[in-house]
Amino acid sequence: MITVKEVKRSLLVSLWFVFLTFPLMVIKVNPYERTVSWRWRNMVYVAIGTFVITLLAKAWFARKEKRMARQQDSCHLRLPIIQRILQKPGYRNSLAVFLLGAALAFPHLFSTYQANIMTTALMYIVLGLGLNIVVGVAGLLDLGYVAFYAVGAYSYALLNLHFDLGFWTVLPIGGLLAALFGVLLGFPVLRLRGDYLAIVTLGFGEIIRLILENWNAFSKGPSGISNIPRPGFFGLEMSLDQAMIYMYYLMIGLLLVTIFVVNRLQDSRLGRAWLALREDEIACQAMGIDKTRTKLIAFSLGAFWAGLIGVIFAAKTTFVNPASFTFMESAIILSIVVLGGMGSIVGVILGALILVLLPEYLRALSEYRMLAFGAILVAMMIFKPEGLIANVRRSYCYHGKKSNTALKNDE
Amino acid sequence: MMNKSILEVSGLTMDFGGIRALDRLDLDVGPKEIVALIGPNGAGKTTFFNCLTGIYLPSAGDIRLVSPQTGKQSRLNGLKPNKITKKGVARTFQNIRLFSQMTVLENVMIGRHCRTSSLILGAILRTRRTRKEEQETIDKSYDILEKVGLSEQANEFASNLSYGAQRRLEIARALATEPFLLLLDEPAAGMNPQETADLVTLILQIRDEGHAILLIEHDMKLVMSLSDRIFVMDYGKKIAQGAPAEIRVNRAVIKAYLGEDEGPDNA
Amino acid sequence: MDYFIELFCSGLTRGSIYALIALGYTMVYGIIGLINFAHGEIYMIGAFTSFIVATVLSIYGFPLAAIVVVAGVAAAIWSSAYGYTVEKIAYKPLRHAPRLAPLISAIGMSILLQNYVLLAQTSDFLPFPELIPEFSFVEPIAHIIGSSDIVILLTTTVVMLALTFLIKFTRIGKAMRATAQDRTMALLVGINVDRVISATFIIGSALAAIGGLLIASHIGQINFAIGFIAGIKAFTAAVLGGIGSIPGAVLGSLILGLTESFATGYISSDYEDVFAFSLLVLILIFKPSGLLGKAETKKV
Repeated sequence: MITVKEVKRSLLVSLWFVFLTFPLMVIKVNPYERTVSWRWRNMVYVAIGTFVITLLAKAWFARKEKRMARQQDSCHLRLPIIQRILQKPGYRNSLAVFLLGAALAFPHLFSTYQANIMTTALMYIVLGLGLNIVVGVAGLLDLGYVAFYAVGAYSYALLNLHFDLGFWTVLPIGGLLAALFGVLLGFPVLRLRGDYLAIVTLGFGEIIRLILENWNAFSKGPSGISNIPRPGFFGLEMSLDQAMIYMYYLMIGLLLVTIFVVNRLQDSRLGRAWLALREDEIACQAMGIDKTRTKLIAFSLGAFWAGLIGVIFAAKTTFVNPASFTFMESAIILSIVVLGGMGSIVGVILGALILVLLPEYLRALSEYRMLAFGAILVAMMIFKPEGLIANVRRSYCYHGKKSNTALKNDE
Repeated sequence: MMNKSILEVSGLTMDFGGIRALDRLDLDVGPKEIVALIGPNGAGKTTFFNCLTGIYLPSAGDIRLVSPQTGKQSRLNGLKPNKITKKGVARTFQNIRLFSQMTVLENVMIGRHCRTSSLILGAILRTRRTRKEEQETIDKSYDILEKVGLSEQANEFASNLSYGAQRRLEIARALATEPFLLLLDEPAAGMNPQETADLVTLILQIRDEGHAILLIEHDMKLVMSLSDRIFVMDYGKKIAQGAPAEIRVNRAVIKAYLGEDEGPDNA
Repeated sequence: MDYFIELFCSGLTRGSIYALIALGYTMVYGIIGLINFAHGEIYMIGAFTSFIVATVLSIYGFPLAAIVVVAGVAAAIWSSAYGYTVEKIAYKPLRHAPRLAPLISAIGMSILLQNYVLLAQTSDFLPFPELIPEFSFVEPIAHIIGSSDIVILLTTTVVMLALTFLIKFTRIGKAMRATAQDRTMALLVGINVDRVISATFIIGSALAAIGGLLIASHIGQINFAIGFIAGIKAFTAAVLGGIGSIPGAVLGSLILGLTESFATGYISSDYEDVFAFSLLVLILIFKPSGLLGKAETKKV
């Protein structure tokens, strides 16, 4: 329930924001023509917008508190609807079959243009799943993820340019090269504390981009490398449309492999060690886990996927230049992981679909895309740090008996 | 003293800047022995554990470990904590450090990490070896949980356990690493009398299964009833050692506990 | 030799501006242990606010002195207001959350603020009005050091002295030092920790705003993205000096400024930003506690 006091407070907040945003939102100067335009309408938007948002935030927190209080009475945990569906193997499997069918039929139901957009979304899903190993599961905040993506893309571009290597040859090479970069960078920096790691990876990402931009002899500088061949299919000649649809199916295949692999990794000795490492490094070491090695594996596995997608990106666009590998790209991928739910595969898929497709289809919104990504990172941390779809811990069978079938919600 | 000791610490010294937290400490533990390390708050007991387990690098002195199975001797100074655990020394923490977002069983399974070996390929391909190893991990972890009385809560989150249960889970997790020397840092802290009594039974049972135990504890009743030998520390120095009966009447010990101001609490 | 002195002076100028930004990082880190990624954006907002105010005033024909003062004050006020608000929204609710949470929130804030300015204003580079006149006494040495260099060096020196005074002798300064040493203890002896944290953000933001004004008038143009690189460089400086240490931030900034100036002057200007990033990576790997920082001991 909204009380008068809350309305008053929200009014105050909105007044504060009117003041705060006044110079930037209201005044706009043209320094060349020396004119000033006063955009008073923006002030009204800010006032109404912040008022409503503040009220909503207050209502959210009140509801959350109530729910927490209720949960303490009955320790029964009610899972959100999506998770309850996912838990029932029957539902889960039929849902998976339906989704797969829809995905396979997609290019035939819609235009090639749509399939092309979907391919991009699929690429981001795989990138998100790769980063999810690093950030979501192992808890290593990697802000330079795009660097490994760049390594993959440029390996294909350069190896093709100089040695005429084909897509299928370079695909594993690109992945491995990126993983190698991951090891080289990770080895010295993974012993650093979390926040330092974040900034070093950020710096590394920028170094790679700046080198690509400035080392003309190596990378052809800002103009980039063009005429990169699309992937071949047993030497078959393909039209542009066919090539795009082929690309789409290729990504579906890679996505399935990725989901399979990531799922198995998470549910393994290594996956448990990553989770434990995210929670308490000292306890982990005391339990005999080699901290640096375990982190390094997560880091380079994440890099491997970025490298693979990098190769595919180069093949899809047939052109690479350093502008595709800015920090903002890393930020988008991070938003996908954070929005979806750190450590959760279904969450990452959903997050990528929302963040890639929404601005694509709502053109009006695409201008606000980056603004939204920033807001999502902040808002998710404040309101729902576990993401849209929280990671679910599995329970284990002992001597074949299910000891406790209730799955627990990872809060 | 019993036969050859499994842990020999000699002249162990730890300096933090200008402060000497441990001063030429000697200590030994024999196989299947329960040894207690007591002393006022801030005496350096936990620092001693941190040196033993590789979290701190000692400034001087020697820590030697003799494996009772192989008789192989090794020096622990400068080894990383995970290497020391692998050699057969496991510990619990005074301020509980469980993986609270993981289930009880998973916490124990983490302890099995250093006794298992599957890696990326094993995880992805799920070979027969990996599957066997995984099932063994689950079964052994479950057995340990039964031993400490937590098998009912195996699939609960560790953070949902009661305080006493969390302490027992810490012991279970340490046992999963198959140590021959178990270090317990205030295992009874915050427990009620019933829980403490259960803990005594558990510790004795662990000892009977062949583990040596070195424990830090403030509960004197527990220490006196459990220990074969007791070491007493104050201000980083060893001030007494001996059987419980001897310690009870030791002048220096009584003085340390009653006679002087207690140091700052950083134990 | 002249070239050397010229590079030296421009390095000092650069360094002193980095210092104004780096202080904000180091003070916030000292108190709440968070890398405030959005700090570079606060500096950018300071530069933008002073740009808008100065341009408006100059269009309406105010005298230069008034423009300088009003633009400076406005930049400081609004940057502080942004800094304060960012802390309240993005960091305060996460004070007891896992360490990754406020960090991600900070990165989100940085992206959010950058794009907010982009959308509210423009993505173009804007010409910053000339606020610092050419002094006649500088003319004979103008090939070595410009008027704006001198003004920047003087202003930063004054600001540093004021900050030192504030932290050493005032009530809030003492409360800040106490909170930095031990937040729980400070709370127990009755310090309003929330207020201290707010004050830290406000002071740090005001310093960044002054930096923004100075550098914008020095370089002569601004856009929404200047905060990102400047922020990382200032952070590098803070880490180089030892994050959490105020003299360290100044020392680190000067070293970084000089390094950049000489490296671009003698080696190549293409890789200007690579030098800073590489320096950052190297320090964090080899001496993460920095030059004047204390090494952290882990508590178990």
